[in-house]
Amino acid sequence: MYKYDRYDQAMVDTRVEEFRDQVRRRIEGKLDDDQFKPLRLKNGLYLQLHAYMLRVAIPYGTLDSRQMRTLAEIARRYDRGYGHFTTRQNIQYNWIKLAEAPDILADLARVEMHAIQTSGESIRNISSDQYAGAAADEVIDPRPWAEMLRQMTTFMPEFSYLPRKFKIAVIASPADRAALRWHDFALRIVRNEAGEIGFEVYAGGGMGRTPFIAYRIREFLPTAHIFSYLQAVLRVWNRHARRDNIHKQRMKILVHDLGQDEFTAQVEEAFAHFLSLGEDFPQAEYDRIAAYFAAPPFEQGLSDELDLSDPAFAAWVKQQVVAHKAPGYAIANISLKPIGGIPGDISAEQMEVVADLAERYSFDELRATHAQNLVLPHVRKGDLYAVWQALVAAGLADANLDLVSDIIACPGLDYCSLANARSIPVAQKIAERFADAERQADIGELKIKISGCINACGHHHAGNIGILGVDRKGAESYQLLLGGSGDEDTSQAKIAGPGFDENGIVDAVERAVEHYRAVRAPNERFIDTYRRVGMDGFKEAIYG
Amino acid sequence: MAEPGNQAFPTALRFRDDPAADEPAVSLDAFLEQEEADSVRIEAGEDVTALFPPLARVRLIEVDFPRFRDGRGFSTARMLREAGYAGELKATGDVLVDLIFFMRRCGFDSFAPDKPFDPADAEAALARWEHVYQPAADGRVPIWRLRHGG
Repeated sequence: MYKYDRYDQAMVDTRVEEFRDQVRRRIEGKLDDDQFKPLRLKNGLYLQLHAYMLRVAIPYGTLDSRQMRTLAEIARRYDRGYGHFTTRQNIQYNWIKLAEAPDILADLARVEMHAIQTSGESIRNISSDQYAGAAADEVIDPRPWAEMLRQMTTFMPEFSYLPRKFKIAVIASPADRAALRWHDFALRIVRNEAGEIGFEVYAGGGMGRTPFIAYRIREFLPTAHIFSYLQAVLRVWNRHARRDNIHKQRMKILVHDLGQDEFTAQVEEAFAHFLSLGEDFPQAEYDRIAAYFAAPPFEQGLSDELDLSDPAFAAWVKQQVVAHKAPGYAIANISLKPIGGIPGDISAEQMEVVADLAERYSFDELRATHAQNLVLPHVRKGDLYAVWQALVAAGLADANLDLVSDIIACPGLDYCSLANARSIPVAQKIAERFADAERQADIGELKIKISGCINACGHHHAGNIGILGVDRKGAESYQLLLGGSGDEDTSQAKIAGPGFDENGIVDAVERAVEHYRAVRAPNERFIDTYRRVGMDGFKEAIYG
Repeated sequence: MAEPGNQAFPTALRFRDDPAADEPAVSLDAFLEQEEADSVRIEAGEDVTALFPPLARVRLIEVDFPRFRDGRGFSTARMLREAGYAGELKATGDVLVDLIFFMRRCGFDSFAPDKPFDPADAEAALARWEHVYQPAADGRVPIWRLRHGG
C-alpha cells in the first residue's frame, strides 16, 4: 500500500489548516454561505436534510487496518456510531457538526487520509478495481497509476473551478468491476502488440439526469504521457463547457454536443501542445510509487484444498470468495447488505472487526467496492473458516454477492436534501421479499440499483433492474428500469413503463424476476434473458 | 506584497516591478481592431487564442471572473503564459481570496477584485502551500521532481 512521504503529509496537514481558517472566516462572517459552499464541498462537507454529511476519500478503495480503526473512531466520536460506504468507494458520515469538521480532517490526516475533492465541482476520488493486486485476470496492478492520478489531480490550479464534477476510474482487467464507462474519464490498462503498457482511454460517460456511456477516444496512450493527456481533456472541457445551466455542464454533454470525433480532435490538438511543454512526470516517480504496491510476501506451497463440510460456510465460500492470482490464497468479499439492513452501512464495532481481520489474515489490506461492500483481498484459503466465523459473530457473513439482495442504494430522502423519494426502505423491502437463500441462489446474478432522484447516485441507469424515485404530485413514486449494466458489457437501463408506489415497486420487481425465472434459457443470467427477449418480453409480465 | 503607496488602486494586489499600463483595457474585439492599443480585457468565454498573433504588443491583459465559480479564466491565463506572454495579467471581478493561490499558479500577477481582500487573509493564502503536486505557469517545481533531485 502507498505510504505518504513528508510532501504528501504536508499537503494534507496544510489542507486541514486551510479549512480550519475557512471555517473561522465563515463563522466570523467574512465568507457568506454562497462563497463558503464550494470551499466546504471541496473538503467533502455537504449540508443534508438533518445535518452536515462528511464524505471521506478512500483512494481507489484501498485502506489498511489503522485507517479503518480511525474511521470507526470518527463514527463513534463525531457521528452516531456508524458510517456508510458509497458507490465511489468512499465512506460518508451523516451527522457531522461543522465546527468539528476540521478536527475530523486532522484525525484523518494522522492516518494518511483526507476528504479533499470528494464533493463539489472537482476531480473526485479515483476509483478502481477492488480486486487490484489480487485478481487473476489483471495485466498489472492499476493502483500505482491510480495513486499517480490522485496526486496529479489534487489541487490542480487550472482545474480547481471546473464546470462540474469529474470522475475518473482506472482498471487493468478485461472484466470491469468499477463501472468504467460510466465515468467522465476512464482508463483501462492494456498491453499492446509490442508488449508495452498503455491506456485505452474513454471519455464522456456519466449518469445523472442525462446518462451517457463513455466513448473510447484513444486506443493506446503511452503511460508516460498521462498527465499531458489528462490536462488536454480537462482544458478542452473547462474552456468549452456550457456555464449557463448546471444540468448541462458535465463533460458528457460537451462530448455529446461536439460529437466523439470533434471532441477527440480537440483533445489531440491540446495534447500535442501539452506534450511540447515537456511537463510529464519522470519514470522514477512511477517506479517509486509502484514499489509500494509490490505483491505481499505470499507463502509458497500452500494447499488449495478447502474443508467445506460446514454447509453454511460452504454457502458463504460459494458466493463471497473469488479466485486469487496466488496459489493457496483467495479474495473474500464482505457483504454490507444484510437482509433488512441499509446498503453500505457499517457500525464502528463492525469496522473494528474488519480491521482486525485485515491485519491478521489479509496482509493488513482492505478494499471498499463501488457496490458498497468490503473485501479482504489476500486471505489464505486455510484461514477462510476462521475469517467466516468472525464475520458470523459480527453480523457480516451474508452470502449474497451480486445476488438480488446485494442492492446498491443511495441515502435517498432519509438523509439527502436533493432526493425526491426514499431509497433505503425500498432496498430493505426488496431484500426481505427475496430473503430466502435458496430462492436467491436460484435467481442468480441480478444487480438491483436504486436512486432516490435523477442525480443517479444509486446507479439506477446501470442496474440490471434499476429503480428511480421521483416526486409525483407530492407523493413518492418509483420508476422501474431494466437492462442496465456497469460491467464490461456496459449498457443503459430503459424505463419499463408507468411508475409504482413503494409497495408496488417491490411487487413489480418480483414479477420481473419471476418472469425471468419462467422464460430463462439454461445458464442465462437475468441480464442475458433481458437482452434476448427485450423489454417487450417483460412488459406484460410486469404490467399485466 | 501589495505595491506600497499605490493610492489609485487601494484594493489591488500587484506582483510586478514595472510601471502599470496607463491606458484602460479595451474589449478583445476593439483591441484586435486598434493597432495602437496595448491593454485588453478578456471576458469569460472569449477565445484567448485570438490574442496570440498580436501578443507582442500587449502590456496588460485583464481576465474577468463574472462569478467566482466560473473557472474559465484559469485556462485563459495559463494559455497566455504558455504562449509566451510576459506582461501584466490581472484577475478582475468576483475574485475571492481563496482563489488567488491557484490564480498565481496559472500566471496571474495582479488582482483587482470587486470586493477587497483582507490583506492578512491574502498573505496567508499565498504563503500557505510550501509545495505543489503539479507544474503550472509559475515555474514552481512539482513534488514529483523534488522527490528525484529536482
